[in-house]
Amino acid sequence: MNQVTVPPPREGGAPAGSGTVAADRAPGGPLADRAPGGEPPADRVDLNALLADSHVMDVLDELEAELIGLRPVKSRIRDIAALLLVQRARSQVGLAGGSPSLHMSFTGNPGTGKTTVALRMAQILHRLGYVRKGHLVAVTRDDLVGQYIGHTAPKTKEILKKAMGGVLFIDEAYYLYRPENERDYGQEAIEILLQVMENQRDDLVVILAGYADRMQTFFRSNPGLSSRIAHHLAFPDYSADELEQIARRMLDSMQYRLTPSGEAALREYIPLRMQQPHFANARSIRNALDRARLRQANRLFEQKGHQLDRDALMTIEGEDLRASRVFA
Amino acid sequence: MRITQGTFSFLPELSDADIKAQLGYALGQGWAIGVEYTDDPHPRNFYWEMWGNPMFDLRDAAGAMTEVTACRKAHPQAYIRVNAFDATRGFETTRLSFIVNRPANEPGFHLKRTETGGRQIQYTIEPYATQAPEGQRYP
Repeated sequence: MNQVTVPPPREGGAPAGSGTVAADRAPGGPLADRAPGGEPPADRVDLNALLADSHVMDVLDELEAELIGLRPVKSRIRDIAALLLVQRARSQVGLAGGSPSLHMSFTGNPGTGKTTVALRMAQILHRLGYVRKGHLVAVTRDDLVGQYIGHTAPKTKEILKKAMGGVLFIDEAYYLYRPENERDYGQEAIEILLQVMENQRDDLVVILAGYADRMQTFFRSNPGLSSRIAHHLAFPDYSADELEQIARRMLDSMQYRLTPSGEAALREYIPLRMQQPHFANARSIRNALDRARLRQANRLFEQKGHQLDRDALMTIEGEDLRASRVFA
Repeated sequence: MRITQGTFSFLPELSDADIKAQLGYALGQGWAIGVEYTDDPHPRNFYWEMWGNPMFDLRDAAGAMTEVTACRKAHPQAYIRVNAFDATRGFETTRLSFIVNRPANEPGFHLKRTETGGRQIQYTIEPYATQAPEGQRYP
């Protein structure tokens, strides 16, 4: 239902320029219109051409179509894309400006899509020419912090070297800092990280991710880190509607189908699951679907003797979902 | 005497941008990059000291360049070279090797003549630098 309204008007409106990232923000609109007639002067830049050139719209549209919800995150990504395009246009007409700092922090509850978006971010930044290779190196505390004195710096540097030209994604970044142990080596890793974030901005983008409340404490105790991060993106929780869409998307990709009774059960299941402790948004939904698949397999086994057709193998019934303990 | 060896020995010194471009090429070929240094410039000295481990799974030249820079900083008065190793079956060898740093003053080689039986002469070259103990060769 919402699905229809999710893709904004840019689908159809792209040629008119109303939906393109750059055109609605940049002062280049009229310039872009004039450019095709005759030779574009050296001090003019065609933002639309730049946009088409970068293929960034493909990634943004994909992001729009494949990720449900996450309004604030998507709009921030659009802003960043626009900034980088304008930056590129500026450099074409010879305006300096220095490359903007693009280190980010992703905060949000479990299962809100932080890692997925980070992966996309690497692609987007690559298309926009901000990072040279566009790969994502995802690490946690264990990959950065060593176990004994002198072990941390080489380990951290090793990871940083691998991430150069791409995006370094540090999941659950707050584990880097353990105030209860003053001799913890995490601090050393943070210092090296800070140095590279400051001095080699062109070489890599660092994304720190974690749960909102713990990231807050983490940034409070490491103000240097917080101030070097230009973009703090908060990932909101999904609504029940969005979770339902996500569930359908997941089932589609796994080639399963819900019967009408299955759909009704799913619609009842989601609000109930949201009340449960340790609710982890999309991740909980994925787990619920995995358990439903388990029960479906069981059910199919119990009616042995029948020949199973393609349909039966694909179908998830209401009872598969209703057996969950949240209905108890 | 300017000592040359390796791939670009006939060219003037590579700039940092040149080095970075070469590193980028090597990484693009899937070669692993190692940085080595020595203060014994004898051409038959194959065993240079390794500056850290060879770097596998790098994607971008900036990573390898940081090691070159770090090695230069630690050993400004040494010969430093970059090796690119190709692990492809059939090659399994260094495909690219060039000098990225050298001491400010290179005294060159002493040619030593040894007379052997029947007035025959054997020639040996010896770097002047190696007359001093290791670590004190290029002040």
